[in-house]
Amino acid sequence: MRQWSVRNARMLEWLYRRVEGALTLLHPLWLWAGYNRIEKPVRSIERLIKSAMFDCNMCGSCVLSQTGMSCPMNCPKELRNGPCGGVREHGYCEVKPEMRCVWVDAWEGAQKMRGGDSIQHVQPPLANDTRGRSSWLSEVRKKRDENFLLRVKDPSNDAN
Amino acid sequence: MPTEQIGNEGRPLPVLKGHDSPGRLERLLRAGKFAVTGEIAPPDSAAPEEVYERARIFDGYVDAINATDGSGANCHMSSVGVCSLLTRQGYAMVMQVSCRDRNRIAIQGDVLGAAAMGVANILCLTGDGVQAGDQPSAKPVFDLDCMSLLEMVTSMRDQSQFLSGRRLSSPPRVFLGAAANPFGPPLDYRPLRLQKKIAAGAQFIQTQYCFDIDRFRTYMNQVREMGLTERCYILVGVGPMPSAKTAAWIRDNVPGVHIPDEIIRRLLGAKNQREEGVKICIEMIQAVREIQGVSGIHIMAYRQEERIPEIVTEAGILEGRSPWYPGIKTDHI
Repeated sequence: MRQWSVRNARMLEWLYRRVEGALTLLHPLWLWAGYNRIEKPVRSIERLIKSAMFDCNMCGSCVLSQTGMSCPMNCPKELRNGPCGGVREHGYCEVKPEMRCVWVDAWEGAQKMRGGDSIQHVQPPLANDTRGRSSWLSEVRKKRDENFLLRVKDPSNDAN
Repeated sequence: MPTEQIGNEGRPLPVLKGHDSPGRLERLLRAGKFAVTGEIAPPDSAAPEEVYERARIFDGYVDAINATDGSGANCHMSSVGVCSLLTRQGYAMVMQVSCRDRNRIAIQGDVLGAAAMGVANILCLTGDGVQAGDQPSAKPVFDLDCMSLLEMVTSMRDQSQFLSGRRLSSPPRVFLGAAANPFGPPLDYRPLRLQKKIAAGAQFIQTQYCFDIDRFRTYMNQVREMGLTERCYILVGVGPMPSAKTAAWIRDNVPGVHIPDEIIRRLLGAKNQREEGVKICIEMIQAVREIQGVSGIHIMAYRQEERIPEIVTEAGILEGRSPWYPGIKTDHI
């Protein structure tokens, strides 16, 4: 399934943008229900879907859209910034010789994606304190906070 | 920059304008000299004499010494320990930092400690997996990776702050390096990976062993086209193979080393394989030196360190320079 997700990275990217947009639009609903209260059910759904599709490890800081839809947390070194120097010939993992390197897959996936260039973004170290939490909700929250800040900075934009 | 300004001396040098470190390696590279670095084998011992002895082999032949950090996931004296001993003798050190064994708290502390001891160069590595070494049941840490490590140390140096944002009263003045493996899949992504490392803060690169000159030329062509040789100094990894058998073993067991069949066949066919290995190494140095954008070489002569003087002399790369070492006579310079 993980391989399927990489092969269909383009379509999943499109889906991801839609889901992200929808979840962000629903921000008032989440706010009304309380982010903390919905954390648990959302996390369960997220885990179910992403485990099936990406062998997700619930790192809490999802970067799939920047890694060709190949989950970097399946790398035995949990590398979030590209392949190490140990990749075996034919693209297999240094640590687990029977497994394809997740970054070889990521590079293939990224080339299919519209925003594939984002594989070049340097990812910060993983926040270990938010491991296991829903990254969908934290992403929506971050987005809304950013929008909010932008509105505050720009007084002409008071339409919302 | 004339050679005398490179600072042929062991004590800490002033940080020149536009430079980031007080080290000789940065001065040399920025002056456009062909630099030579060598890897010291850290002892399985607590005796400082063993470290001094191993360093003395390089005297007069290398510009900086790399202290490895548990390379191949094997336990040895730490890179912090080796650097601490050798900077006190005046040697220019490249301290290797691997992300395998320490988390962000430990590494930031080590960076400060190392800079305080006179380490002017840090090589940021991800590190081999624990399965490669003598203690495969160890817990792999990998809290950071080489990219986030580069970015973290860059920010410690340039923004004078820890990863948390907490202020440093004095930043670590270090020249930052990273590794590159032009020979590992995905081959077409490797130049982009170098670009990413430069974006994260890498100023010099030491590559994996180069035995495949054609592949390396292709890589350098791509890297040059992307303008990356203007933004970092590339030191090519080289080293002598003692025998065809060892070369084959290394290829199969050491992560990331690519040795073409042709090299192994050549070793196999030689009367004296050890000598042939040195000859191949010298030829490789002369070949990579001709490639535009190559700023130096990095010699990894594991268990053959005593051959380094001969390799450097035969390859003719120092151009009459004599790198500083403790006890060097000034009239020798």
